Amino acid sequence: MTIPNEHLSEDGSTGSKDIVLQVRNLNVYYGDFLAVKDVTMDVKKNSVTALIGPSGCGKSTFLRCLNRMNDLIMGASVKGEVMFENRNLYDDDVDATEIRSRIGMVFQKPNPFPKSIYQNIAFGLKVNGFDGDMDEAVERSLRQSALWEEVKDRLGDSAFALSGGQQQRLCIARALAIEPEILLMDEPASALDPIATLAIEDLVRDLKTRYTIVIVTHNMQQAARVSDETAFFMVGENRSGYLVEHDDTQKIFTNPTNPRTEEYITGRFS
Amino acid sequence: MGSNNPTSGQLRPRRVLRRTIGGFVYAAFLLSVCVGIVGLMVLLYEVLTTGLPWLNWQFLTDYPSRHPEEAGLFSAIMGTVWLMAMTAIFTVPVGVGAAIYLEEYAPRNLFTRIIEINVANLAGVPSIVYGLLGLALFVTWFELGRSILAGSMTLSLLVLPIVILASREAIRAVPDSYRQAAYAMGADQWQVIKGVVLPSALPGILTGTILAMSRAIGEAAPVIAISALVYLTFIPSHPMERFTVLPIQIYNWVARPQDEFRGLAAAGIIVLLVILLSMNAIAVFLRNKYQIRSEE
Amino acid sequence: MPREDFERNLKGLEDDVVQLSSRVENAIFKSIEALKERDITASQKVVDDDDVIDEEQQAIEDRCIDLIALEAPMAGDLRVLIAAMMVANELERMGDYAEGIAKISLSMGNLPPLKPLIDIPRMADKSVDMLRRSTQAFVNRDVESATAVLLADDEVDDIYEQVYRELLTYMMADPSTIQRATYLLWVAHDLERVADRTTNIAERVIYLVTGETKIEYPR
Repeated sequence: MTIPNEHLSEDGSTGSKDIVLQVRNLNVYYGDFLAVKDVTMDVKKNSVTALIGPSGCGKSTFLRCLNRMNDLIMGASVKGEVMFENRNLYDDDVDATEIRSRIGMVFQKPNPFPKSIYQNIAFGLKVNGFDGDMDEAVERSLRQSALWEEVKDRLGDSAFALSGGQQQRLCIARALAIEPEILLMDEPASALDPIATLAIEDLVRDLKTRYTIVIVTHNMQQAARVSDETAFFMVGENRSGYLVEHDDTQKIFTNPTNPRTEEYITGRFS
Repeated sequence: MGSNNPTSGQLRPRRVLRRTIGGFVYAAFLLSVCVGIVGLMVLLYEVLTTGLPWLNWQFLTDYPSRHPEEAGLFSAIMGTVWLMAMTAIFTVPVGVGAAIYLEEYAPRNLFTRIIEINVANLAGVPSIVYGLLGLALFVTWFELGRSILAGSMTLSLLVLPIVILASREAIRAVPDSYRQAAYAMGADQWQVIKGVVLPSALPGILTGTILAMSRAIGEAAPVIAISALVYLTFIPSHPMERFTVLPIQIYNWVARPQDEFRGLAAAGIIVLLVILLSMNAIAVFLRNKYQIRSEE
Repeated sequence: MPREDFERNLKGLEDDVVQLSSRVENAIFKSIEALKERDITASQKVVDDDDVIDEEQQAIEDRCIDLIALEAPMAGDLRVLIAAMMVANELERMGDYAEGIAKISLSMGNLPPLKPLIDIPRMADKSVDMLRRSTQAFVNRDVESATAVLLADDEVDDIYEQVYRELLTYMMADPSTIQRATYLLWVAHDLERVADRTTNIAERVIYLVTGETKIEYPR
């Protein structure tokens, strides 16, 4: 579980990983207000990175910038770079919709479409011009999110007939159907009961072998359980959020470097 | 609930007084409802007793005639059908399209705001004004004559604000979380609208359209302005022909001196009411059916 | 203040550790006094009192486990609890050594003294001093003091070497002294182990402050 250093090692078994996303001096504005200040960090391939911090620290805003979902908010603008596959996502010639099919997102409150289970998953495939075997693709996605056995006999049922935890797994399946490289999750379990939450966490641990995951959570125990690396954000002056510390999860939770991180993690933060 | 609480000594409920007031208020509101219902009942009673004797199959399939016994609604009914169909053809695409533009594409600036205000105002313009507009614009300037085409275009303008408003409400009611989910999968704006927003908004749009149409059916003033008070004994076979509609025919009969025609007029009103109520019922039924499905 | 209850519990835990350390200090001191004075009653008391030490250590351990389960401690808090648990464990073992010395006193009974005890009490003083200093370092989170304790162990080891050679000389010169010499050797050995354990405590203190589990001894 150790992630030693940045460069590739010959012996892949020690787990050193490529970097799949590089954020450089990212500043996010809503109009004139600086919401997120000067963030620089790397995301490693096939890892789970947790973003933690108090409310208003900009972690969700930051997450949404990684697949340009933040563009949809009126007045939002960005300075800095997000490098993915040697391109800056924010270059003028980059198509945001294409990025979103490579970097997917799952939201806090499960939001399946008011369609059948099958149609929910087929939607993303159709939108991206999928011309293969739809049934097989739908099954594959549902298996990946550990939902297939529970719904295989009722794919035509409305998505709303599922429980909250199942709906969220459906949303995950829907996002995975188009096989993104990176999956962004914005507090995916916070609207769910404890058992459903643990199911989602198990799922995240499974998925990281095939995908790279960045997950925002306000639950520190969850971040500790699920992630390989943790990034701690804080609210700074003028209510701008900034990155305080980013390190191996094991280090952050046993011996963080920055005293503010220690304060937050031990709950002495008020 | 202890006497340790400093406020408890100062709370004096005056329960009896409040209960009396409550009773009066209830009675007053009940009365308001009753006024409306009683008025409606009286009206219906009048219409039904006068008109029912004249209502039979022959009445529905005969053309108007000077002789009351032979008079019928056929041309008016067919004219209404033609008019409604063509109005729908114009109204729905334009109205829904405008609603989509305003809700999904338009930026939140002054220009958009001006459009919104105007659309809302247009809904309140008296229908005769639309009639005169249609007369000047479609009948005369476009040289369409007193045709169904001109009539339907005029009625379109009349009910367009209703369709736009209803469609906008329906589109606005689609939770933003659906759009977010769709965008997050790499859909572009039109794909989001086509695949997620419109299917969800469809029941609302449908309901709004039906209600708009049912308003249009009953409008006499603008149609009279376009088509004049005609006495037609044929049914239209193409859009450029002259036409008559139920409200006009009813008015025609009301204006005649003979008593029998009053009965015929009442019968015509019954037919009109039946059509209107059915349309409204369908609208309500559809709204309920789709509301249940999407709220599961 | 956030987590007031938890803070209070942590402070209470530290106080318990300090108290246990005092008790152990006292036990070692008394056991050596009893050995010097050949005081059977005093030795027996040390043996009996070891139960109290065991109980207190168990209480500290239980309290730590509860706090870990209920408060989900992270980072610094976690290290404090782990350190406290391990320090208490070391203290209990040191208490056992004190008991061991007392039992040897009882075994020696009325045998005539082999020689005046000089080096052994010296070892005891140094070990007790190391214990006191490492406990202080724990309370004060003082890495420097803890490191100093690590270095002080050498002195005790040196004295032990001396005692060992001296007793060996006695035994080789006169076999009838073997029994008493062996007893005394045992006592010295126990004291050397006590000093050793205080260095473990010092290492835990360094872990608590720095988070490092591998401690480099400065030479």
